[in-house]
Amino acid sequence: MAPSKISLRGVTKSFGPKKVLRGIDLDVTPGESMVVIGGSGTGKSVLLKCILGLMQPDDGSIKVDGVETVDLGDHGRSQVMRKFGMLFQGGALFDSLRVWENVAFGPIQSDGMPTEQAREVAIAKLSNVGLGPEIGELFPAELSGGMQKRVALARAIAREPEIMFFDEPTTGLDPIMADVINDLIVKCVSDLGATAVSITHDMASARKIGHRIGMLHEGRLIWQGPVAEIDRSGDAHVDQFIHGRAEGPIQMQVRKL
Amino acid sequence: MSVPLITLLGRMTLVFLEAIGAVTAFAIQAIRCGLQPPWYRKQIVHQMMEIGYYSLPVVGLTAIFTGMVLALQGYTGFARFSAESAIPNIVVVSLTRELGPVLAALMVAGRVGAAMAAEIGTMRVTEQIDALTTLSTNPYKYLVVPRLIAAVVTLPILVLLADIIGVLGGFLVGVYKLDFNDAAYLRNTLDFLQFQDVFSGLVKAAVFGFLIALMGCYHGYTSKGGAQGVGMATTSAVVSASMLILTFNYFITEAFFAL
Repeated sequence: MAPSKISLRGVTKSFGPKKVLRGIDLDVTPGESMVVIGGSGTGKSVLLKCILGLMQPDDGSIKVDGVETVDLGDHGRSQVMRKFGMLFQGGALFDSLRVWENVAFGPIQSDGMPTEQAREVAIAKLSNVGLGPEIGELFPAELSGGMQKRVALARAIAREPEIMFFDEPTTGLDPIMADVINDLIVKCVSDLGATAVSITHDMASARKIGHRIGMLHEGRLIWQGPVAEIDRSGDAHVDQFIHGRAEGPIQMQVRKL
Repeated sequence: MSVPLITLLGRMTLVFLEAIGAVTAFAIQAIRCGLQPPWYRKQIVHQMMEIGYYSLPVVGLTAIFTGMVLALQGYTGFARFSAESAIPNIVVVSLTRELGPVLAALMVAGRVGAAMAAEIGTMRVTEQIDALTTLSTNPYKYLVVPRLIAAVVTLPILVLLADIIGVLGGFLVGVYKLDFNDAAYLRNTLDFLQFQDVFSGLVKAAVFGFLIALMGCYHGYTSKGGAQGVGMATTSAVVSASMLILTFNYFITEAFFAL
């Protein structure tokens, strides 16, 4: 078995008395696309932020290419970040910069690439996500939600990362645009030969972009397996979630009106 | 159940001390980042334009009317003691030592501090600051340090200009409304002015610039909770910067001029 690209052991995270992650063990092998599913508030975003280093776990180990990343210093963190590309849920485009400047931000600011060369890279990456060079001159506020997601994807792949993270990539998009984004994610990850970790509660997206799925519930990964096996997981929580049923072991905390 | 007064006071003290600790830690982290490359020169120049150049109209207007009012009020007061000739001295000393730096800083705190908190706060709640981190860019170096450097450099320049404009305001009222001799007014102004008057004002301006940028960045950086959080960050940035300006003004004045 290939060594893990990303390896988590016993990762915990609490906010005050609320235990969000209660000991996560997860291995993602090189080139694999892992999708973590789960309801709102189950800790998916916190898990992703802990792996990315945007949040510090309370306990446990997070290794990237065998290197422990918890408590990493500035330099070490910067080295690990160089391997990452991230597509944020809302795009998180820098609204004061033009589209091409957003895409070229990493190459210019972090890699020291000359501006003109970075601009060419940005236009090429925009083309990879189906956007023409004229879009590069616009500001993010002038784009639709779907186009913003595509630009964010172009920015995420601009530095040709080894590991890509996707936070709810299809949230807020219509089903057709969501499928377009899913196709682009599959294509981009495949072209880069990257490892991918995605979090979503959109099952169509999970089935399309994932090789393997893990279900997060109450801070624990209660099931992991290949995409093809999710329909016969034998876990009542997973069954309820993938079929979107209100009745079942997962009880939403909703007050009676 | 009512909370005893002593408990309430204790809680408020703890919250206050916690806030001081958090701001100090933020400032130390920002200074530490500012001492190491990379320095984003384009960002620094952009912020200098935002803080300095675009604040000039509002600071200039404040200064000229302050100088004019000082001359007018001085005249109505000093005329009772036949001490009208002291008006140029009062105008220039008041402006360079106190009113120039304090009023300019308060105006910049309202204009720029609020904008900084709103911009960085919006970046926080829309995950743009997280995006910076994932693009291997230190948000302190990219967002905070350029604003601190720009504010510390440009505030003294703004205050120097405010001093000049304020004195001009006093001069205009003195000469054209109060019938002072123009050459005598200028000679009185220059004769009485000391280097320390201007220098203390510029030191104040640099400190106030740091405080304005620090409060704007801190409240923006730590904002949470969407639009309401950004709104609160903006208000907090302006209020805390204004309070700190007035507090530090006293201590710097004491350091320079206490007997």
